[in-house]
Amino acid sequence: MAKVEAEIGKPQGGFMQWIDDRFPWTATMKYHVTEYYASKNFNFWYVFGVLAMVVLVMQLVTGIFLTMNYKPSAAEAFASVEYIMRDVEWGWLIRYMHSTGASFFFIIVYLHMFRAMLYGSYKKPRELIWLIGMLIFFVLMAEAFAGYLLPWGQMSYWGAQVIISLFGAIPGIGEALVEIIRGDYSISDITLNRFFALHVIALPLALVGLVFVHIVALHEVGSNNPDGIEIKDHKGPDGIPLDGVAFHPYHTTKDLVAIIIFLIIFSFVMFFAPEMGGYFLEHANFEPANLKATPEHIAPVWYFTPFYAILRAVPDKLWGFILFGSSVLLPVFLPWLDRARVKSIRYRGWIYKTALIVFVVSFLVLGWLGTQPASGTYVLAARIFSVIYFAFFLLMPYYTTVDKTKPVPDRVV
Amino acid sequence: MNEDDVDRINRNRRHFLTVATITTGVVGAGLAAFPFLASLKPSARAQALGAPVEVAVGSLQPGEMVRVLWRGKLVFVLRRSATMLERLGEGLDQLRDPDSAETSQQPVYAANATRSVRPEFLVVEGSCTHLGCAPLEDFDLRPAENWHGGFFCPCHGSKFDLAGRVYKGVPAPTNLRIPPYRFVRDDLILIGQDTGAA
Repeated sequence: MAKVEAEIGKPQGGFMQWIDDRFPWTATMKYHVTEYYASKNFNFWYVFGVLAMVVLVMQLVTGIFLTMNYKPSAAEAFASVEYIMRDVEWGWLIRYMHSTGASFFFIIVYLHMFRAMLYGSYKKPRELIWLIGMLIFFVLMAEAFAGYLLPWGQMSYWGAQVIISLFGAIPGIGEALVEIIRGDYSISDITLNRFFALHVIALPLALVGLVFVHIVALHEVGSNNPDGIEIKDHKGPDGIPLDGVAFHPYHTTKDLVAIIIFLIIFSFVMFFAPEMGGYFLEHANFEPANLKATPEHIAPVWYFTPFYAILRAVPDKLWGFILFGSSVLLPVFLPWLDRARVKSIRYRGWIYKTALIVFVVSFLVLGWLGTQPASGTYVLAARIFSVIYFAFFLLMPYYTTVDKTKPVPDRVV
Repeated sequence: MNEDDVDRINRNRRHFLTVATITTGVVGAGLAAFPFLASLKPSARAQALGAPVEVAVGSLQPGEMVRVLWRGKLVFVLRRSATMLERLGEGLDQLRDPDSAETSQQPVYAANATRSVRPEFLVVEGSCTHLGCAPLEDFDLRPAENWHGGFFCPCHGSKFDLAGRVYKGVPAPTNLRIPPYRFVRDDLILIGQDTGAA
């Protein structure tokens, strides 16, 4: 193995040598792939990072092909999407791959974030990975929101109207800010055009850059694992963590199985239920935007509904905006809210376990409530679960301190 | 660099040059950013399209309403019947701002009991002051539900009366906005302009 160390960046002769003298190809591949050691005890929850990358690539490729036929103008956008669906060869497939991909992107990212909460992956020394990850999440939300306006359907238009108006609640600068976001006195052709620019250039560029930084930060400190044990604390004489196995071929082989299973599920949804009963593509969006009438029932796409339910639970414009904003931002502070000495749920006490279950339930219920009309019992339920949602984060410094934890073993068994 | 050279360094001068360079750079970057930020504001064309619109109201029957677009915004023009006008004086304690005290929500000439230039005609922006959905008109009286007729926002449940005044206990903070408008003739309203020639 010492020989391998000496070889980094120095392959013997030939074409690769020529490249490596000019670009650290071999060294980079070793550092990030063939000699990146991750714990041998990875489980199911550790496939979502790779899956998120797969979906990102899929979104980029299908997005480029959609752009070739889509027209970012209020007069033509809706018709151009229908044109893609009906007249462009395989256009329906590319479009459904993109729209289904958007929802799966969020499913994967939510599971990926939940994994971090299960095993304390955001805790020291991985705080920065978590922060970059949250930034990715915010950019992804903006990307999805901008993309949803592009088909210029009823829900595109009125959904954007509601979300952009949210910023109008900021005292003083709100109204001016809203005008700058829209570029007009109402959502118009101008707004559509700039959202197109954000959706296809600015935000994807930021997304790819942030994902790169996310991975560089991860490979600097090393991956966490289901036991929350720092495998770098126990290295062999060759400097390799004793409980680590190389990312390639060991983890990649396992990831490949996950990718195949994912693609089977993805294909099933894409071919047989691309609208997912109105959750992935809302029914109202099959009508062109009508500036004179809001749909009877308006709700964002499912991945925004938990936060939307919190917004609606508050009968005040400014406070609604503040609580909505806080509900999105609070997870950023997890590394500092969580005071537990152990990382993984396997060694935590019953309090955190209960809290996490209650949190997941409240998140799911809020998500469902966000799709329902804002009346009577639903609003009351949304208020109760909003309180639970906030309590999970705000009380965390307390309950993670008093929670009884079990001793963490030195080594991965 | 030997020790003599180190002694001869004028640190004040270096500090001044560093600060001056950074300051110039920041100011330059700020100036360079201006055109980009300014380009995000409504363009000349967007402003031109915000021209006033004319609405012929001669054929509008009492209790009838039309929806028009001004600056891409929805505007309701409702011809209120005599009974509708009577109802405006009732249940004022349930309204958040019955006297139109919030000056940003209407021109001065509409800050009255009917929120209009002529009591019969209500000209109001059809954009909920909560999050901008278009409220639905529901002019029926349903005392059992405590509904006196007015506008209901389907998005988040805000309620407004027949003068666009907001009810208490709903998310919308203010009354519906009254756009600037004037009567060119008895049967013609110009929305978007209240002085000068049509």
